[in-house]
Amino acid sequence: MSETTPLALELKHVTKVFGNIVANDDVEMELRRGEVLAILGENGSGKTTLMNMISGIYHPDSGEIYIDGKHVTIASPKDAFSYGIGMVHQHFKLVDVFSATENIILGIHEDKFNLNKSAEKIAEIAARYGFEMDPNKKIYEMSVSEKQTVEILKVLYRGADILILDEPTAVLTPQETEKLFRVIRRMRDDGKSIMIITHKLHEVMAISDRVAVLRKGRHIATVDTASTTQNELTEMMVGERVSLNIDRAKIEETPDRLNVSGLSLVNFEGIRILDDISFTAKSGEILGIAGVAGSGQRELLEIIAGLQTPTSGSIEYHDPSNNKTVDLRSKTPLQIRDLGVRLSFVPEDRLGMGLVGNMDIIDNMMLRSYRKGKTVFVDRQPPKALAEKIIDSLKVVTPSAKTAVRKLSGGNVQKVLVGREIAAAPTVLMAAYPVRGLDINSSYMIYKLLNEQKENGVAVIFVGEDLDVLLELCDRILVICGGRVTGIVDGRTAKKEEIGLMMTKAKGGETHVE
Amino acid sequence: MEKVLLFLIRAVLQGTPLLYGATGEILTEKAGNLNLGIPGIMYVGAISGVIGGFFYQTSGSVNPFLAILIPLLSCLLGSLLTSLLYSFLTVTLRANQNVTGLALTTFGVGFGNFFGGSLIKLTNSSTPYLALTKISKAYQNFLPFGNQQLGGQHGFLIYLAVVLALIVSFVMKRTRVGLQLRSIGESPATADAAGINVTRYKYLSTCLGGMIAGLGGLYYIMDYSNGVWQNDGFGDRGWLAIAIVIFAVWRPHFAIVGSYLFGGLYIMYNYLNASMQVQPLLQMLPYVVTIIVLIFVSVRKKRENLPPAALGLSYFREDR
Repeated sequence: MSETTPLALELKHVTKVFGNIVANDDVEMELRRGEVLAILGENGSGKTTLMNMISGIYHPDSGEIYIDGKHVTIASPKDAFSYGIGMVHQHFKLVDVFSATENIILGIHEDKFNLNKSAEKIAEIAARYGFEMDPNKKIYEMSVSEKQTVEILKVLYRGADILILDEPTAVLTPQETEKLFRVIRRMRDDGKSIMIITHKLHEVMAISDRVAVLRKGRHIATVDTASTTQNELTEMMVGERVSLNIDRAKIEETPDRLNVSGLSLVNFEGIRILDDISFTAKSGEILGIAGVAGSGQRELLEIIAGLQTPTSGSIEYHDPSNNKTVDLRSKTPLQIRDLGVRLSFVPEDRLGMGLVGNMDIIDNMMLRSYRKGKTVFVDRQPPKALAEKIIDSLKVVTPSAKTAVRKLSGGNVQKVLVGREIAAAPTVLMAAYPVRGLDINSSYMIYKLLNEQKENGVAVIFVGEDLDVLLELCDRILVICGGRVTGIVDGRTAKKEEIGLMMTKAKGGETHVE
Repeated sequence: MEKVLLFLIRAVLQGTPLLYGATGEILTEKAGNLNLGIPGIMYVGAISGVIGGFFYQTSGSVNPFLAILIPLLSCLLGSLLTSLLYSFLTVTLRANQNVTGLALTTFGVGFGNFFGGSLIKLTNSSTPYLALTKISKAYQNFLPFGNQQLGGQHGFLIYLAVVLALIVSFVMKRTRVGLQLRSIGESPATADAAGINVTRYKYLSTCLGGMIAGLGGLYYIMDYSNGVWQNDGFGDRGWLAIAIVIFAVWRPHFAIVGSYLFGGLYIMYNYLNASMQVQPLLQMLPYVVTIIVLIFVSVRKKRENLPPAALGLSYFREDR
């Protein structure tokens, strides 16, 4: 690979703005013929937006795209196909009751309709690149990895020369990942150009020829993989420390609240989501949980909240007032409450799990209190008062307390949810990505609320994605990677680079640090 | 023996309108549209055919070819317009399919009875029905089925129902168009991403399906009832057709068997010497069979036998 290799794809000054968020800012990028280019960046750094522009789902606001040196306009996924660009999305687009062949030829019009012939052609392509698959197998009978194979074959069948893989390894086991990498190398040797989006550093080192690093929508640099290190890439990916001013109160020696030990979860597909997680959450501190998306954060919180049952491990809750310990494992949320444990949970999916979008603020307050009272009739006065208090104290922008929550903006929805959870006077408060999609003011309001809870002696567990915030807000940070704890660091002294490495398992022993 | 044979022939005669309705509904549902307006569309098809036939018959001499063609075309036009209305509401405006369908059925029955009543008034007759005997003869004499001794003579529409069911079955299973149609019923987002025009397919399948179902109404009047229109005469056969769709697990070739079976069950009470009190129970039979099939299919949960995954859901590309 050298400077003289012809370019397959070139992006010049590409900018994309959503509302007032700049997703991609003046991005310049080159993809050479027959190379694997890794696109590296944190969540929200604009990787997927950029790829969606190349594959015709979005249209750039400004800037040009060149394919084989020619300026092109990619208006639709169909256009992208005609330029030989194929994208494999993170979420598969397949028809479950169709066979692999039927899915692959769907929407193609060239040759005569003959499923057997198509199946032969597919088997041929599969053999060429070393895929293992049965073209007549139905999608619903397939594993995740097989489904991904179908998606890749779909793209190859249409004769794509430029393949974009959006986090292809996120759902795969290490063995399946290794298999996929072998296939990618064969495709590269066959002259195809491959862009692979990932935030796992060791995979970048293993598969790519060059790495393009994005940060906050900007292209930071493109470097040869051979001449860089994981540390260097982390630094580029994470960037300078942005100072936030969150008041973080000093904590005294406080009692333990929640003791999680040896927690494991194997899902129904046999994939290990959580592996031997142990930690302690103390009263009056904020415990941050850092990790790339989908490392098991959601499952961990849902197990503690009683929404999922772990495969093994224990969750113990200590009540310092009477020194009693209760086991929360395999209890439903209602049972947990009946035990006198005041656990509040702000889930990641606000309108899916936290609130009912079509109900107004008062009714949403009642979701937590509808069991109160002795008669079959509910008393609407206390929830109404609570709704008004929350609107007032958290400055929720809403026409009235009787407005459907769905109609509020993201930040206001979150204030309603957090307000309700805090009003339950919790002793443990868990919040998953509570500031996702929120503007800066709402975010700070949420940080302030969490800090207040901490000062009141609540054990706060905060799952976040922005490392700067985690470092500013949390007293301790638990880092997980692939469902395993890769470290617990002090939020006051830890370095961002250190956490970044832990998040990508660089210290986990599976890969080595240069 | 003769009684059994007569029963079987009667079952086929009864099953034919159901087969039209079921084939049309399967075609519609395979593209993800649950058209509960089919019973209404069958009424509209019937009355449209009657209107065409009435004006042709009262205009003077009757040519057998035109006697078939004119009611046929007016039936297809009536069903097409009603289906277009349904498609526009559910596909373009994304209205709730169940509500739209039910409203359309109420509308279709009322539409049929209104114009049926008007035509009866036009003839100045004292009887509460309208007879298009000459037209009916033309239908019954074209490619005849059966004979005068056994169940009377009937025409080509009986064969056409089977042929249409087989064609729809073949297209669905063996052609690219069928594959694309089914992909829309299963996962419109996937079809859209593959470059298939979801809206066009949905319109096309709903309209074709509606026109096929409309023929069931036409057959019922022109052939089965000897050209006699009577208000509410078609009864609840449209709902039976929808039940057959489930019975046939969305396969038109199974619907052929299902329709004749249901046709038989529908008239069973006439042949069992049952007392008046038991008759309503026997009339329940087709629905009981449907429930049994539903239970059986749900328990086995074979993916191919389940309804199209996106059945009843409107598709909106930006809704993610």
